[in-house]
Amino acid sequence: MSIAIRRVTKRFGDYVALDNVSLAIASGSLTALLGPSGSGKSTLLRVVAGLEQPDEGGVSIHGEEATGLAPQERGVGMVFQHYAAFKHMSVRDNVAFALTIRKRPRAEIRERVGELLKLVQLEGFADRYPSQLSGGQRQRMALARALAAEPRVLLLDEPFGALDARVRKELRAWLRRLHEEVPVTTVLVTHDQEEAMEVADRVAVMNEGQIEQTGKPRDLYEHPANEFVMSFVGPANRLGEAWIRPTISRSASGPTERPWKQWWSASSTSGSKSAPS
Amino acid sequence: MRARLGLRVAALGYLALLLVLPLGMVFWRTFQHGLGPVWDAATAPNSLHALWLTVLIALIAVPANTVFGVVCALVIVRGRFGGKTLLNALVDLPFALSPVVVGLSLYLVYARTGWLGSWLIDHGIAVIFALPGMILATIFVSLPFVVREVVPVLREIGTEQEQAAWTLGASPLTAFRRVTLPAIRWGITYGVVLTTARAIGEFGAVSVVSGNIAGRTETLTLHVQERFQSFDLTGAYTASVELAVLALLTLLVMTVIRKEGPRVDSDSPGDEALR
Amino acid sequence: MPLGRGFTSAYLGFIVLLPLAAVIWRSTQGGAGGFWRAVSSPAAVSSLKLTFVASLVVVLINAAAGTLIAWVLVRDSFRGKSIVNALIDLPFALPTIVAGLTLLALYGPRGPFGVNVAYTRVAIVLALLFVTLPFVVRSVQPVLLELDREMEEAAASLGARPWAIFRRIVLPNLAPAILSGCALAFARSVGEFGSVVLISGNIPFKTEVASVHIFGQIESDDVNGAAAVSVVLLMASLVALIAFDAFRRWRFGHEG
Repeated sequence: MSIAIRRVTKRFGDYVALDNVSLAIASGSLTALLGPSGSGKSTLLRVVAGLEQPDEGGVSIHGEEATGLAPQERGVGMVFQHYAAFKHMSVRDNVAFALTIRKRPRAEIRERVGELLKLVQLEGFADRYPSQLSGGQRQRMALARALAAEPRVLLLDEPFGALDARVRKELRAWLRRLHEEVPVTTVLVTHDQEEAMEVADRVAVMNEGQIEQTGKPRDLYEHPANEFVMSFVGPANRLGEAWIRPTISRSASGPTERPWKQWWSASSTSGSKSAPS
Repeated sequence: MRARLGLRVAALGYLALLLVLPLGMVFWRTFQHGLGPVWDAATAPNSLHALWLTVLIALIAVPANTVFGVVCALVIVRGRFGGKTLLNALVDLPFALSPVVVGLSLYLVYARTGWLGSWLIDHGIAVIFALPGMILATIFVSLPFVVREVVPVLREIGTEQEQAAWTLGASPLTAFRRVTLPAIRWGITYGVVLTTARAIGEFGAVSVVSGNIAGRTETLTLHVQERFQSFDLTGAYTASVELAVLALLTLLVMTVIRKEGPRVDSDSPGDEALR
Repeated sequence: MPLGRGFTSAYLGFIVLLPLAAVIWRSTQGGAGGFWRAVSSPAAVSSLKLTFVASLVVVLINAAAGTLIAWVLVRDSFRGKSIVNALIDLPFALPTIVAGLTLLALYGPRGPFGVNVAYTRVAIVLALLFVTLPFVVRSVQPVLLELDREMEEAAASLGARPWAIFRRIVLPNLAPAILSGCALAFARSVGEFGSVVLISGNIPFKTEVASVHIFGQIESDDVNGAAAVSVVLLMASLVALIAFDAFRRWRFGHEG
């Protein structure tokens, strides 16, 4: 297991952000933490990153106990919703940062930065400043910067939350392709179920500090464990005491059942190339 | 975590050694021999006169600079003309001038040998070595504060609300009085507090301009120096304590205003004008 | 509007411009030779040198101490912090002559710690540190408050240790504010009079600052000389302000 979260509890004063949360994340997978705001998903991510300390429980990364370690020592790369770009440095210096402070030789830094900028398609932008980039470009830079440190784990905190809908969809697809090229264990926090379902191998649905269900996107859709997961993860209608999924569609040949896959691509309006794998 | 404590200790230590301990020492020294000597020193005729003079000068200088400050802020924020950089520079000039130079400049205009001096003196108006000069000096050095505090507030509230008032039938003056003025009142208040503190604390410029005639042209700050030079430490400390108390009161008012200020601005003006 | 402009011009003209013009005019009254003589007299040169060097030292100390204090006030929390924060403005509220006296009480001949720096150059630096304390602190505080913490978190996740984070991330973003505060502190320092006058002893060639020298010239009726040295002092202030501002814009112009 790449990341093992063991019975983590985190309180802020009287408010319980995480309540006895346990989760195992497989090496090389792309896992989404999905939930509404206030569900604790960002807090859980920050606990894994070492930016918050749990009140109870612990985290281990790649088999090593990480709970007492500072963020610097955990080998995690992090991407923030509002980019956290070093606004006083050029794109090149931003991406090179992890290598610069490790005092790598100049030539090595130059080469690696070049590779990374190519990977995120920002080759011509090396000498620009973050303020001169669009939101999507800034986020790609942030990803390149996080990858420069060759992290064992990549943590993305609502990375596309600050971008407009079209850019969000593009970057989603792009992230999936990137993960296939560079299969680092990745954890993605999002409140957008479409995003989670489209991009992730596994999804953990969170609500009020607890994990409601974990599983493959399809399993969550077809076999939700409770009302919350059912209504959060896909379209659902309430009929008396029951919740049901829309499964009937009408065509010339009569009503047919509509499996989840079909429903899924119908809702991705831009017809993106990112068919869920 | 130890680093945090270390930084805190360093910062607080610096402040203690530079600000707190010296100030505490003065209070200690003043009251060391009991209240009696302090009372005597504070109620000595020259001391009382000095206090009276300080307050009088402030009572003239502060309102003058307040009116100027508001008008000037309006001109800077809303005016459309070329010389704005020059205007800003002139307003900020008192910050860049040594008080002694300010005193000198007034001397050069109003002394008998100065530009206007001989004419004024021949007509019975004494400026240098008299109250008017000291007032002018105090106005000069405390000039920028109201302007500088009101400008950003004025800029932020813009003209829309005032224009809305016009469309509702208010004359420009009424609109200004009922809409804009309430909106900038915290900026004005803060500026007035700073101006008052500066006016009371003025030393160098009035020192040059007043001639230091005890009992006639001595402000409280000049009195401190005079007592010190006459080896009357109790007198000097007492006057200092009076000034320090005023300063601490000023700090208190400043802190209270800072907490109250911004919140109040954004909500009130429109409501009041439309009522 | 024209009324406002007229009033403002008249007020500024009468209060500020007229007297200032008198100083500049007076400084030319001895001719170029007279100006030069007044400004290059050994006492004048000594006082100007002392003033500029002391002000520079004070600015450097303030850059460090002011940033440290701003950091503690913004990032740390402890009981009484709001009182400490209010106290920073004390030098703005306290008359300069009283400031000098308070320093004398603690660090003068009758000070309780046995430390006596009265009549030395250290006393001048001490007094100047007192009166310039708020400038850098108040300039840095708002910037520090607005600073995006996530930048520091990102740097930590990339492997930077706390000091490296401060040096590479925080400091570059604070630098413009620090420089602004330093410029104001310098302009204030070179002209400072009241706080220095008691504690320094005003010994010519040793502890006489420029403002005291000018005062002496006025008292001995050398008004032309006083005006000349005043002009030098004023120019130095202005040049420093302009230079700091230009440097700030050059180095930190591309902030997004």
